[in-house]
Amino acid sequence: MIQEIDIVRERYEVAAGIHVLRFASSHISRYARPGQFINVRTNAGLVPLLRRPFSICRIEGEDIEIVFNVVGIGTSILASKRSGDTVDVLGPLGASFRMKSSFDTALMVAGGLGVAPFPFLTQHLSDKKVESFIGAASAEKLWTAHLQNVHIATDDGSKGFHGTVVAMLAEYLKSNRVRNPKIFGCGPTKMMQALSDLAKMYEMDCELSLEGTMACGIGICQGCPVGRVNGKKKYALVCTEGPTFNSQDVVLA
Amino acid sequence: MKTSFNIRDVEFKNRVLVASGTFGYGDELKDLVDVAKLGGVITKSLSWKPREGNPPPRIVETTGGMLNSIGLANIGVHQFIEEKLPYLEKLDTVVVANIAASSVQEYCDVLSLLNDERGIDAFEINVSCPNVKEGGLSFGTDCDATADITSKLRVLTKKPLIIKLTPNVTHISEFARAVEEAGADAVSVINTVIGMAVDIRTRKPKLSTVTGGLSGPAIKPIALAKVYEVAQAVEIPILGIGGIATVEDAIEFLLVGASGVQIGTMNYVDPTASAKIAEGLRQHAEQNNLKDVGDLVGAIDAKVEFSVLQSWL
Repeated sequence: MIQEIDIVRERYEVAAGIHVLRFASSHISRYARPGQFINVRTNAGLVPLLRRPFSICRIEGEDIEIVFNVVGIGTSILASKRSGDTVDVLGPLGASFRMKSSFDTALMVAGGLGVAPFPFLTQHLSDKKVESFIGAASAEKLWTAHLQNVHIATDDGSKGFHGTVVAMLAEYLKSNRVRNPKIFGCGPTKMMQALSDLAKMYEMDCELSLEGTMACGIGICQGCPVGRVNGKKKYALVCTEGPTFNSQDVVLA
Repeated sequence: MKTSFNIRDVEFKNRVLVASGTFGYGDELKDLVDVAKLGGVITKSLSWKPREGNPPPRIVETTGGMLNSIGLANIGVHQFIEEKLPYLEKLDTVVVANIAASSVQEYCDVLSLLNDERGIDAFEINVSCPNVKEGGLSFGTDCDATADITSKLRVLTKKPLIIKLTPNVTHISEFARAVEEAGADAVSVINTVIGMAVDIRTRKPKLSTVTGGLSGPAIKPIALAKVYEVAQAVEIPILGIGGIATVEDAIEFLLVGASGVQIGTMNYVDPTASAKIAEGLRQHAEQNNLKDVGDLVGAIDAKVEFSVLQSWL
């Protein structure tokens, strides 16, 4: 875990209100694994006060990319960053996706900006077959770059499958035989719950990347608990024990 | 340049400590912070048994601050001694164990157990957590109960006993006086301020426990006024805490009467903030030709008789 002041290379809008920020990171880029995140201080002032956690979206050489939706003060500031500006970054944080387990096909399932960790995961799964199922509210909110075999679903039917991404995956699984699959999911809680249920029905291994409101990102503030299904402890911390969890181990509330 | 100060016979190398709950058990930040540059480390609140803490959501950011309702989640004093203390013991700084409990007996039991441990230099007693139903704030808002806990713990230890006071009372100076009389060596002023935030879309509170404790720069003016008030009332050292983000903030606290400061929420924002503030204090004293950072303590140019404080002091 390192704290770096990194130089922004570029920032551009990739879909309506959705931005990619790319910055040079000498150390974090070297040690990061897919599924891990960084905690970003958006400016040197005290509003917003806390860092903002982002999945590592992609790494290219020394550069790290994150993708974000402009939802508040922090992301507005990030959306105004230009080449040469700086960001204060803490990372890499959390547990990575388990990529060693025996599977042949990775089914990446994302709702909205849940797509964030999957370009990086795709980079690391060059020896596997990857199918990407990406859902968004509408076509203009879609971002599907750096993915493989993309299947699109939109809530309003403006592009691809008309319905939720999990409904699309369910259709796909009915009509396709998938060799030795593992599901990787990320998105809104409701979507992940539906995905978890589907994975359970098909008895598929399913790993989710969860979000949690956190202050520190490193296990100190205890602000980001998620309920555990089994085990001695009632909660796990999203920041250090996650953000990646087996879907059957956590209570998605 | 003298940067150190004492509480009882324990010397803190400088006047900047890291506040309970914002520095874990010391080991989590070892890659990011040189702990030897800090005056002291105060542990996460320790209880007799492990505590799971409150359901999520436990944290929400507000303007210039954050509300938390962690519920004293901690590993319990036994696991702390076994797993965390060996690391803390080796640190080149003062280690203060913070204790939280839901009964007087539990406070006594935890303190007694830790008192024999070499790695613990002092105790800070959390009588003022706003986020647990039993104990916590209910002790801290009752002056007699706070004094009673203090006197019972006083006889159990010769190590410095610091009582962490809540601002969620009318006159915090009464509490400071009561614990001073009961034998406390210092007071930490303040714990979090009770606050609330509401999601207007769902019309639900943003915290699972409805209200929580507000911290961060948003509470600094409140904390300063409380430290100033307490400084008029007691002789024992005050550790000022509440929204300190910069060295200028820390100086303000010293000027109004704090002997030392604790950095809390800012540790989440910038783990190196506390060490920077400690160094900044030294530089400020140097630039002002002081021989001791302590010359700043209580050096405010104000007349208490002009303050509304005088009516109750």
